[in-house]
Amino acid sequence: MTRLTIYRLLVVAAAIGTLEALCLAGAIDRITMQPPHEIARDFVRLLASGRMNGAIRKTLGNAAIAFGMALAAGVSFAALLHGMRALRATLDPLFATYYAVPVFAFYPFLIVVFGLGDVPQVLIGFMLAVVAVIVNTLNGLDRVPRVLVKTARVHRLGRLRMATAITLPFAAPYILTGVKLAVAYALIGVVGSEFIMSRGGLGYEISFAYTNFENATMYPLIVLILVISIALNAFLTAWEKRLLLRRGQR
Amino acid sequence: MSTAVVASAASGRAQRMQAIRNGMLLVVTILLVWQGLYLWIGDIALASPLATVRYAARLLASDTFYPHLRDTMIAFVAGYALAVVLGLAIGFWLGFHRLSGEVMEPMVVAVYSLPKVTLYPILLLAFGLGISAKIAFGTLHGVIPIILFTLAAVRNIKPILLKTGRTLKLTPLQTVRSILFPATLPEIFTGLRVGFSLTLIGTLLAEMFASQRGLGFLLMNGIGLHNVEMIMAITLMIVVFAAAVSTLLLHIDHRLHQRL
Repeated sequence: MTRLTIYRLLVVAAAIGTLEALCLAGAIDRITMQPPHEIARDFVRLLASGRMNGAIRKTLGNAAIAFGMALAAGVSFAALLHGMRALRATLDPLFATYYAVPVFAFYPFLIVVFGLGDVPQVLIGFMLAVVAVIVNTLNGLDRVPRVLVKTARVHRLGRLRMATAITLPFAAPYILTGVKLAVAYALIGVVGSEFIMSRGGLGYEISFAYTNFENATMYPLIVLILVISIALNAFLTAWEKRLLLRRGQR
Repeated sequence: MSTAVVASAASGRAQRMQAIRNGMLLVVTILLVWQGLYLWIGDIALASPLATVRYAARLLASDTFYPHLRDTMIAFVAGYALAVVLGLAIGFWLGFHRLSGEVMEPMVVAVYSLPKVTLYPILLLAFGLGISAKIAFGTLHGVIPIILFTLAAVRNIKPILLKTGRTLKLTPLQTVRSILFPATLPEIFTGLRVGFSLTLIGTLLAEMFASQRGLGFLLMNGIGLHNVEMIMAITLMIVVFAAAVSTLLLHIDHRLHQRL
């Protein structure tokens, strides 16, 4: 463990310790928050009871579908778009301003169109994730060295073969950056829309617990989502680092 | 030299014209796709572009709409102001104090990718069901990019600039004004631009959950009323506002980066 990691753990420990002290001293009342050690206890209890298994499956399942769709659609769309300069130039302003537009504002519209099932939540996750994949894939494809393209041409590879054998593998580390964002965005999209309005899932359970003043359920669920997304992110960051190291970058 | 400048100015103008043309082409394409979808699906689920714009104009002229718009704007402006002040302060601190920066940066990045919606109930419990929770939630979203970009800007100032300042015996205030500020401005501006968008997202998200006022509330209210026209009109207003401001900020951003 490096020195920096130890410091980071110390910062987290200090934050939790401060919360614990404030709760025990009564500066934070119990209606707002229970002390962290009780949250930890409730967390274990909640997971052991299996009460949330359905919600966990639903949320992670929908996020996975949204992510899978975004990855497949994003990479293939970017690979197509890479060859079309005029269309790409037209779409450039869209990509540049896309993340400035609150995608969640489309959620009510999607509910009206598709009903309150899983579809609107998956679509919001997809909409948030797909552009990150497209932009990063394009970025990777732009960096393919000309010598590779020429070699492919010498070997008379078709467009599809060239994409699958040369350009996409070269762009892999950049696509992985997009993947990392897409995983986070898909989860944010699904959990966020569940939270705003839905019939199930972790986001729904949190908002349900909030409206019913069940802090003993709400805080452990919040911790659970934070743990899931931090773990996913840490795993992908480590993978990305390894890929880049192999390329001799950074 | 002068011909090169003229040529680059001309190509800059050509580029700008190109960008404007692309933007207009994009808007036209979106409108065509929208109209096509409307013709295909019909008006049970979708309002046509024209009807949506008309409804938006009616909303903007009505007295009942204005308080909601004002509420959202107040929450957004307050949230953004707080995000800017906090973000700059924390960013400068983490940028100058190397150890703090190295310890904290990955943690701030991790917060960026969290589904922060889940933290909103905590803010509601802490601040109550009023505008303060909304402001805090907007700030929570907007402050992170401002911290990260400011941190990077301060950390990457060329040491020679600061050394020159020291050689010239500048006072701290002069150093800030004539070295620090100009050297970090482009990067910090990028942070302010991204922070603007994220604060808007945070504010609207907050309004869509357990709120009684604001555009986000109206949007959610539209679901219950099954008022497709209202939902689409408000979504359109939000999208146009966000896209227009972000395009303007992007333009300034490019200008600032070019100057360096």
